[in-house]
Amino acid sequence: MTGRLVAWGAGLIALVALPFLYRDPYHLHILVLILIWSFAYTSWSMMGRFGLVSLGHGGFMGIGAYVTALLWNHLGWSPWVGIPVSMIAAGVLALIIGYPCFRFRITGHYFVLVTLALSGIVLQVITATRDYTGGSLGYTPNRASGNKLLALQFDDKTSWYLVALAVWFSGIIVWHVIDRSMSRYALEAISEDEDAAAAAGVNVTAEKLKITLISAVMTALAGAVYCQYQMFITPDTVSGIAVSLQMVFAAIVGGLFVSLGPTIGAVITILLAETLRIGFGTKAVGWDNLVYGVLLVLFIIFLPKGILGSVLDRLKPQRKVPRAHEQKAVQIARPGT
Amino acid sequence: MLEVSGLVKRFGGFIAVNNVSFKVDRGEILGLIGPNGSGKSTIFNMLSGTLAPSSGSIRFDGSEIAGLAPHRIINRGIGRTFQIPRPFRRLSIFENVALAAFYGQGRHSRVKAEEGAERALALVGLPTDRHASVDGLGAAGLKKLELAKALATGPKLLLADESLGGLDEAEMGQAADMLRNIRDELGITIIWVEHIMGVLMRVVDRVMVLDHGEKISEGLPSAVAGDPRVIEVYLGTDAETTQAAAAEARRRAGGQ
Repeated sequence: MTGRLVAWGAGLIALVALPFLYRDPYHLHILVLILIWSFAYTSWSMMGRFGLVSLGHGGFMGIGAYVTALLWNHLGWSPWVGIPVSMIAAGVLALIIGYPCFRFRITGHYFVLVTLALSGIVLQVITATRDYTGGSLGYTPNRASGNKLLALQFDDKTSWYLVALAVWFSGIIVWHVIDRSMSRYALEAISEDEDAAAAAGVNVTAEKLKITLISAVMTALAGAVYCQYQMFITPDTVSGIAVSLQMVFAAIVGGLFVSLGPTIGAVITILLAETLRIGFGTKAVGWDNLVYGVLLVLFIIFLPKGILGSVLDRLKPQRKVPRAHEQKAVQIARPGT
Repeated sequence: MLEVSGLVKRFGGFIAVNNVSFKVDRGEILGLIGPNGSGKSTIFNMLSGTLAPSSGSIRFDGSEIAGLAPHRIINRGIGRTFQIPRPFRRLSIFENVALAAFYGQGRHSRVKAEEGAERALALVGLPTDRHASVDGLGAAGLKKLELAKALATGPKLLLADESLGGLDEAEMGQAADMLRNIRDELGITIIWVEHIMGVLMRVVDRVMVLDHGEKISEGLPSAVAGDPRVIEVYLGTDAETTQAAAAEARRRAGGQ
């Protein structure tokens, strides 16, 4: 246990020190993207690991990004206010979608379909309100004329790297807090058998809502941070079904059941996208999605615990807690089977 | 302690439970028997909140609980086991029971829940090792786990659903003794649904017999086993068992 804490501490110090020792802006840019997306994927896997497969997280991310940017441009609200507002908006939407689903036992494939619709609806709303959001052409938060910190706009990569690192690390902490809580037992139980969980005294609807809320709110934060960093968002880059699918892909490839799994997933997806972009240029637009699709199928069949999950299993053949359930990741990726 | 009156459950046009009323006194073991499809499990599901009654009232400790959500009913002190054990295989044996102890008793303290889990596991005779996997349990072990989970929720009333199915003679005897011990030592009132009449008759204080969703007989085991309506219901399906149980019950009654 202490050994693990020391390893985490050392790793964290190294990550914090990195931008002061190594200043290549392109590589720092890639790292910032990896950290932000890792946080988004970690947020998704908060629910995904308990069999609550959402294809609606692109919607939450889009709300985070667009609400923050719209409040800044139209009302002049600082992102320090706008981001919490966007997170609350995503949380409210999550409750509106989640409550009827959980109350009336919409699970498995049907839950996936409901969330898929959410993704589509948010995308449509952003596109349809083009007078405000710029529609599919994208949207740019106004450059701050005054205080950069108040506007959460930084010109140097180092600051952004540290912000992204803090956000990412907070996601990892939330993951571990949930992993050690009684709520994890309840959610594991719910994902197996809702009636039996209820017979153990678990308020099934409330537990599912709680984790959905946490996941949605965190995803909105990811969207807002992405927007502030890139200073340009389009419906396709921060919301919609493609983004939702990318989250599922990355989380499954990296490993759903380990805290750093989604981070490994982000490293793979972003390096893949960058390699394709640099190697093939505009000829390869959309190829990354094709590769994701093929890889996803291969992973679900051959490596359902994801890369990190499988590696950790190899390293520690005798784990303390038997986790036979992790082999059931296939079922999570293909709910209802 | 429990007062059920005019309980009805309809599924579409089918009446699964038709106007059933009964009472359970504190500290007794009530046996609930009847052929397949007679409505036993449906009554259990209504008592535990899994199903909402179509009409009728269920009063527990003086307050109405019909139609409450399962977790609320459990927090009021009604625990249940399932006919077919439903363990959580993603959790260890200990975690299964700790979960029930934590959520079943109003989510107070994790430490207390873990202590409660250890007590419940020791009581049913399962290892209290925190990491032992559910996959290592056989049929009897799974039944014990099911019982430990129900006990960990801290029930005043335990609904035991056919807890002996799939066990051999010796295991059945042990399980029946365990239910009696739970009543004698922990003072938990029990309603026991069971197919196997012989063992049930030996342990329960009173029996209620259901057929086609209606109560056809109720009383002491000896009286019920001799009731012509009960014999008629069980004839052809389970006649030998019924007669054996009747003989057993008469022997007991005569010996006392």
